[in-house]
Amino acid sequence: MSGHMNLTLKVWRQKDAKAAGKLETYEAKDVSPDMSFLEMIDVVNESLIKKGVEPIAFDHDCREGICGACSMYINGHAHGPKQGITTCQLHMRSFKDGETITIEPWRAKAFPIIKDLVVDRSAFDRIIQAGGYVSVNTGVTIDANAIAIPKEHADNAMDAATCIGCGACVAACKNASATLFLSAKVSQLALLPQGHPERAARVEAMIDQMELEGFGNCTNTEACSAECPKEIGQEHIARMNREFYAAKLSSSKTK
Amino acid sequence: MILDSKIPDGPLAEKWTKHKFNLKLVNPANKRKYNIIVVGTGLAGASAAASLAELGYNVQAFCFQDSPRRAHSIAAQGGINAAKNYPNDGDSVYRLFYDTVKGGDYRAREGNVHRLAEVSVNIIDQCVAQGVPFAREYGGLLDNRSFGGSQVSRTFYARGQTGQQLLLGAYSALSRQIHAGKVKMHTREEMLDLVMIDGQAKGIVTRNLETGAIDTHAAHAVLLCTGGYGNVFFLSTNAQGSNVTAAWRAHKHGALFANPCFTQIHPTCIPVSGDHQSKLTLMSESLRNDGRVWVPKAKGDKRKASEIPEDERDYFLERKYPSFGNLVPRDVASRNAKEQCDLGKGVGTSGLAVYLDFAESISRLGEDTVRARYGNLFDMYAQITGENPYKEPMRIYPAVHYTMGGLWVDYNLMTTIPGLYALGEANFSDHGANRLGASALMQGLADGYFVVPYTVGDYLATIGPKAIDAKHPAFAEAKAKVEAQTKKLLAIKGTKTVAEYHRELGHIMWEYCGMARNDAGLRKAQVLIQELRADFWKNVNVTGTNEELNQQLERAGRVADFLELGELMVVDALNRSESCGGHFREESQTEEGEALRNDNDFCYVAAWEYTGDNQPEVLHKEVLKFESVKLTQRSYK
Amino acid sequence: MSWFTQTIFSTSVGRKVIMALTGLFLCTFLAVHLAGNFQLLHNDGGKAFNLYTVFMTSNPLIKTISYVNFAFILGHVVWGAYITYKNRQARPTGYAYNDPGKTSSFSSRWMGVLGTMILIFLIIHLKDFKMAYLGITHKLDLVTYTLDNGDQVEVKNMYDEVIEEFHEPVVVGIYVLSMIALGFHLYHGFQSAFQTLGLRHPKYTPVIKSAGFIFWGLIPLGFAIIPLIIFFCRN
Ligand SMILES: Cc1cc2nc3c(=O)[nH]c(=O)nc-3n(C[C@H](O)[C@H](O)[C@H](O)COP(=O)(O)OP(=O)(O)OC[C@H]3O[C@@H](n4cnc5c(N)ncnc54)[C@H](O)[C@@H]3O)c2cc1C
Ligand code: HEM
Ligand code: SF4
Ligand code: FES
Repeated sequence: MSGHMNLTLKVWRQKDAKAAGKLETYEAKDVSPDMSFLEMIDVVNESLIKKGVEPIAFDHDCREGICGACSMYINGHAHGPKQGITTCQLHMRSFKDGETITIEPWRAKAFPIIKDLVVDRSAFDRIIQAGGYVSVNTGVTIDANAIAIPKEHADNAMDAATCIGCGACVAACKNASATLFLSAKVSQLALLPQGHPERAARVEAMIDQMELEGFGNCTNTEACSAECPKEIGQEHIARMNREFYAAKLSSSKTK
Repeated sequence: MILDSKIPDGPLAEKWTKHKFNLKLVNPANKRKYNIIVVGTGLAGASAAASLAELGYNVQAFCFQDSPRRAHSIAAQGGINAAKNYPNDGDSVYRLFYDTVKGGDYRAREGNVHRLAEVSVNIIDQCVAQGVPFAREYGGLLDNRSFGGSQVSRTFYARGQTGQQLLLGAYSALSRQIHAGKVKMHTREEMLDLVMIDGQAKGIVTRNLETGAIDTHAAHAVLLCTGGYGNVFFLSTNAQGSNVTAAWRAHKHGALFANPCFTQIHPTCIPVSGDHQSKLTLMSESLRNDGRVWVPKAKGDKRKASEIPEDERDYFLERKYPSFGNLVPRDVASRNAKEQCDLGKGVGTSGLAVYLDFAESISRLGEDTVRARYGNLFDMYAQITGENPYKEPMRIYPAVHYTMGGLWVDYNLMTTIPGLYALGEANFSDHGANRLGASALMQGLADGYFVVPYTVGDYLATIGPKAIDAKHPAFAEAKAKVEAQTKKLLAIKGTKTVAEYHRELGHIMWEYCGMARNDAGLRKAQVLIQELRADFWKNVNVTGTNEELNQQLERAGRVADFLELGELMVVDALNRSESCGGHFREESQTEEGEALRNDNDFCYVAAWEYTGDNQPEVLHKEVLKFESVKLTQRSYK
Repeated sequence: MSWFTQTIFSTSVGRKVIMALTGLFLCTFLAVHLAGNFQLLHNDGGKAFNLYTVFMTSNPLIKTISYVNFAFILGHVVWGAYITYKNRQARPTGYAYNDPGKTSSFSSRWMGVLGTMILIFLIIHLKDFKMAYLGITHKLDLVTYTLDNGDQVEVKNMYDEVIEEFHEPVVVGIYVLSMIALGFHLYHGFQSAFQTLGLRHPKYTPVIKSAGFIFWGLIPLGFAIIPLIIFFCRN
């Protein structure tokens, strides 16, 4: 077929968490530009199996950019060189015939490698568990329309809420900081009246948890927003910082 | 076996209230003595786990992804229905009930559907309280859109990411309970078998996908919230990991499987681009609010869409169904698209696509309004196809999307195994032969937030809080069985990959048990599947070992179950020689080619009983009684 | 630990706020310092500059501010080093292949290095001028000026010391280079401090970013131009 490409892949292979890993070179032949990046890896994996080589392990599920499972550092960029998309949404038409593509896992102390390109992102879950919710039990009785919320606030909250928890922000940040991820949740709930009763406790608890997990400190390089597949902006970090100062200065927690 | 649906008697609108009153309660102080296992953390599972934990039960939740936030519910785009009647356009609980029963082509239970419509309003209240950022009007109140199969606007949405926002709401409630220590969350842990003691569900066997460790977990009740099985078709809009394993293995223990052949083929998906294709991407049905579906009037017209003048286009849905137009239910829209392509009018290189055109909306509303409504869907389309849908019409084709069939459950959502419940897409309950858009999210959350927390209590109160004996031999036996199967799969070391078998199965299913089915084809498919299954167990190549993260092994287990389920789907489709909803038997159609039901012979739920490996399954019928709704030929003209 | 120490030591946003506040204070200090340095360009044999030096070292308010200033430099350096160390730890294994240039500015990625260059400069600078002024390295000559009110004062001739230093190519080179480093440091640092403090707004952030030019462009340029003028135009 016309337009098919041959590529050289350098892929990070690592047997398990403890083993040392290294980049292995594979050829990807006859790649269609209509393939998604993960479909290209599927094809490579099938050929590896036929050759008796263990296929490359990688996280993926929805393959439409919403579950946040896929996570590859491609040619020096989280989710590849294109902006505003996940790895599974990256299509091979973004590459040139003969190109060499380097594929690595997310790298951060808080995201230990499990195998090959698969990392453990449970730290994100623990950050949410620390306070990324509104404490309401099932069975609330106030009507959904009882509180009007300015459309602009609702829209901004939605911008933040689109975070898919993929971890690209951490992967791209030179400090492996989870600030963008955290700020997305804090900002969403700070913008909505439903989040207000717990806003002080929430931001303090979540930031403390981020510290415990071993993420780095934000130095405002803005690489996170540039690499975020949902293009979550820096304003959410600023809002989170404000929430944090207000919480620290006003909360009655003295320890 | 007599299938007792346990639908309470009395007037339709009072059944649920009455039933809730009659259910036994567990004393608050006793709740912590009960353990409940929830398998799956999609909308159904996360909402159930959180709600049960809030009540005081000890919950253990499982999912195969690395986080509960990634369950496939996250991918739902369009919206969630609720009978709020905020737009004041004549909606009501009864109308939502009626639309859903009719949309399901009268193959769902009235009692269940009415309950669903009743609690739909609570769901929206609940989600808003959790901080779900639904779309709003300028006045600050919630916005609604319309969806297929209804003439009112009752669909709540959060851009094109409604499922994501609802799931993150449920996930946050779940996270809160994990933090409180009331839910123990097991991620990357797949249920591979059910543990039964004295005919009751008492636990599960799981494989830790990171280490390969096979463990057992005991509980007083087990809730399967494991989603749909559309991936039996290989290509579907489901996530790669979506599977039938948990439900199927419960089926093998005696849980009846209902209406397995009821599959929903979604009309608006991005067409297949080649053999490498691993999944099909849905373009939300909400697009049909503003997009117009058409094909060229002439066969084999290869001109570009923009070069085909208005009077040479056939807006076939608008032409055939003037009152619903582009918003006919999914099964109708899909079948019509297939019909046009079969007539040789399909567009695109493959000829297997029709246009979904926004030119008219863009000129009427402006590009900005269209972008605000569907921006992310348009971006997604552009990303996948490399074409700009603001300039050229989208090309769409139907794809497998949802499975109405699933484990048979009674009004309490209990399967035929005492103590085993099925929620969400994993059960068969509320959508009959065809699900209306925006109703699955509603059902998953209804089951998890508002139904099961009541009904489980009734069962638990009956069995009492005595601790389950984790040393019971049933646990060791179930574990040994799972280990044996894992060993067996790894030992075959044949020549074909798991994916190859999966793809082949998918071809058979799509060809013979897809959008149109007939007797000869189904019979042929049954033989083909049996052969493929036999070959799989002789010749599959599963690489690696058990004691590691092994994605080939995970998939092999799932495909093995699909190979059995596929046959049952074909058998069920063969049995049901009527057409209804998404199930179209070519032998049973009206003169105009619409699905023709046969209410005299098939007004029942077909629930299948497993009788042993490679043995024919036994059919049990739950006859459907309609007290409120009159059965009519569905018409969307 | 009290909530305050806990915040500024053990939370990432708290640590950052120290950086931002000390950093912004140092920015104002730079502006004042530069105003003083311009006294060097008066063609009066050093009178204005030497008198300014006396004022700066004897006025009690100014003296307090200068101690605060040293404390802030120290705080800024210590916190900066701690943050940089922590950030290194957060990624023990780096990428084999990385391409950060497209997604973040050079300045933002090299803050630690740029800051260290400034620190080295500060040490040299203090050794050369402050120590000399205090008479630790060597004794300065004395000069006598008649003030506007007719009084006579005898002061150390710092001016000659500076002019002499600024005829050393190495000194001028280091000075200019360091000011370039300062410019880059503040190119990111100035606006970044506002972001850290949460001061971001669609209306005002563009203003802050533009005003930043004063700090990353004009002020370092002002500092650098003085030794160059002296080197090339004064004997
Ligand atoms: C692309 C797409 C768009 C959709 N859009 C809409 C829409 O707009 N409106 C609407 O109403 N519906 C929509 N649907 C349908 C709807 O999203 C699903 O039916 C619904 O979300 C299913 O929820 P669930 O909780 O039953 O299952 P899922 O969300 O699929 O969750 C299944 C869970 O089970 C777990 N699991 C599965 N097997 C095992 C096992 N063996 N062991 C352990 N864990 C297991 C998984 O990890 C997961 O947590 C859409 C579906 C798709 C595919
Ligand atoms: C003395 C040596 C110095 C060192 C080692 C140093 C180091 C650093 C470091 C590591 C950062 C953190 C990176 C970041 O937050 O982006 C930083 C930030 C900053 N520095 Fe410096 N710096 C020094 C001197 C100065 C001086 C002299 C000034 C100003 C006159 C200054 C102003 C700033 C500002 C404004 C920030 C931004 C704070 C923020 O983003 O919150 N620094 N510095
Ligand atoms: S903020 Fe963006 S990059 Fe970070 S986890 Fe969320 S979606 Fe991914
Ligand atoms: S696989 Fe779900 S976001 Fe990529």
